[in-house]
Amino acid sequence: MSLDAPSGQPLIQLEGITKTFGTGAAAFQALKGVDLTIERGDFVAVMGPSGSGKSTTMNILGCLDVPTAGKFRFRGVEVQALDRDQRSLLRRRYLGFVFQGFNLLARTTAVENVELPLLYRGERKAERRAAALRALDQVGLVPWADHTPAELSGGQQQRVAIARALVTQPDVLLADEPTGNLDTERSIEIMELLTRLNKEGITILLVTHETEMAAFARTIVHFRDGLVERIDRNVPTHVSAQKGGTV
Amino acid sequence: MLGMFGSTLLLSFREIRRHLLRSFLTTLGIIIGVAAVITMVTLGNGVTASVKDQISSLGSNVFIVFPIEGDRDTPRPFEQADIDAIGRQIAGVVEVAGSVNATGIAFHNGQDWSTGVQGADNEFLRAQSIDVVEGRPFTTEETKAGKNVCLIGPKVQAAIFVAGTSPLGAQMRVNQVPCTVIGVLEERGDGGGGSDQDNTVIMPLKTVQRRFTGNDNIQFFVVKYDESYASASIQDALVSLLRERRLLQGDANNDFNVIDTAQVNQALGAATGALTAMVAVIAGISLLVGGIGIMNIMLVSVTERTREIGIRLAIGALAREVRMQFLTEAVVLCCLGGVIGIALALVLSLGLSALIDVPFVFDPVINVLSFVFSAVMGIAFGYYPASRASRLDPIDALRHE
Repeated sequence: MSLDAPSGQPLIQLEGITKTFGTGAAAFQALKGVDLTIERGDFVAVMGPSGSGKSTTMNILGCLDVPTAGKFRFRGVEVQALDRDQRSLLRRRYLGFVFQGFNLLARTTAVENVELPLLYRGERKAERRAAALRALDQVGLVPWADHTPAELSGGQQQRVAIARALVTQPDVLLADEPTGNLDTERSIEIMELLTRLNKEGITILLVTHETEMAAFARTIVHFRDGLVERIDRNVPTHVSAQKGGTV
Repeated sequence: MLGMFGSTLLLSFREIRRHLLRSFLTTLGIIIGVAAVITMVTLGNGVTASVKDQISSLGSNVFIVFPIEGDRDTPRPFEQADIDAIGRQIAGVVEVAGSVNATGIAFHNGQDWSTGVQGADNEFLRAQSIDVVEGRPFTTEETKAGKNVCLIGPKVQAAIFVAGTSPLGAQMRVNQVPCTVIGVLEERGDGGGGSDQDNTVIMPLKTVQRRFTGNDNIQFFVVKYDESYASASIQDALVSLLRERRLLQGDANNDFNVIDTAQVNQALGAATGALTAMVAVIAGISLLVGGIGIMNIMLVSVTERTREIGIRLAIGALAREVRMQFLTEAVVLCCLGGVIGIALALVLSLGLSALIDVPFVFDPVINVLSFVFSAVMGIAFGYYPASRASRLDPIDALRHE
């Protein structure tokens, strides 16, 4: 299996994606034919009320789930044809995840959490540690490297989670309501961090229901009833450049 | 791959340390099972070695003959004429020697010591392979005349003689009987039936008959035969001669017993084998219970750590990597149990073999086997929980709780 993309393809292409949960009378169609193309380097916010299909779409984009029908090309590879382990390899190489609930391993230090994805790449301990510290540096948490999640604030935990997503130098960072558990000030810090990372070249897919947070994105995709309702091009309102590198 | 395995191993240890009490209780079944198996086998080896030692101390190719009730009310002792007849009439008999036992208090140098007293001549010593390590055995004259000379066991020497001085030539007394020490016997350890072969004073048969038992009876005798003869044919000849001499007619029961040391050895082997098989079954059951305990706690662990599994899958762990992680944890848990069990067995078998006074015979095979078996238990009972963990859906797992 080649997971390498033919050049000239869009990074992500969804064509006629449907997703049905359950069978028979209890069947529920979460996605009813989604078409979406995301170019490399974009900052996309996916918005919509709950039940609109945005989370299901993100799960498919994150290669965590497969569509019932339709085509999902990621880097030109038809993901719907891949098996579980092949999708795991795609995630391992090209995707980084940030979740609403941070999802750090408890009683494990920040730097060990960040090292985790590298473990599955079979990298040596010294390399893992160096890469993890680089990623923690990107989120400004090197001094907190040896602290466990319980010793960190929510904002810091989310930044550790972002460092963990970054450590593999992924093509795409998927952030599912990353600010959902944070207050406004911390939320803005996280969004500014994502903006900066996007400027450094990472494609960002953000799921949010907060307009304020979506305003950081350059493309806003609105979902409704399992379909893409409309796509807005946006000029990001918040610019973090003045604040410098330490968020 | 080694880095991956190393970190999986590290992770397992960390997970076990996090739930120290739970891990310990979980592995208790394995610990007890392994400790029980090794202890039983080690003690069994010790008992076998000790009994074999006792049997070989009786000498090989030897029958021991002693009187029993038979159809009478009391056992009838043998006479010297019986002994002489056996030596004369049965082909293949190398030595035949009677003996009597008594007890007494040995006195010397103001010390007194309770000891066994045995009447036995040089033929008996040879048949039983009893060596005189210091001094000399009896002379023919001493034996024939029933002189007051004695050979002492090492315990008697230690009890009543000053350490570092030779007891040879010393005058001692057993009850009212004075005797000159002419030799010291080799150390032989326990005899069968709780007797201490080192706490003994051996005098010529005639001396003991005259001065201790007060008659010419022979309490028992030993027959050593040439190993080129079949033991059964010697035994048959022995039995028919004794029946004739003791006037046993027709189907009258034997009023004596012939013990063949080779047969005792075989019977012992069979008994030990049966015991070992029983222990193996009990140990197998206890290890099975231990294994189920491991499986149970691993299933709990998988449920508790569903979210962690979700995170690992999301960041790209393969199913087999998650499976490997939990399997490693189960195996590490079981191996730790095995190691603790082996250590416990070492302590137990050292203590118990000292307590029941058998040699400690370390058996490397059973130790290695138990350890390997613990690891196999880990794989056998860790596989299902591990495979369940690896089959979790990442989305559901992340949403857990």
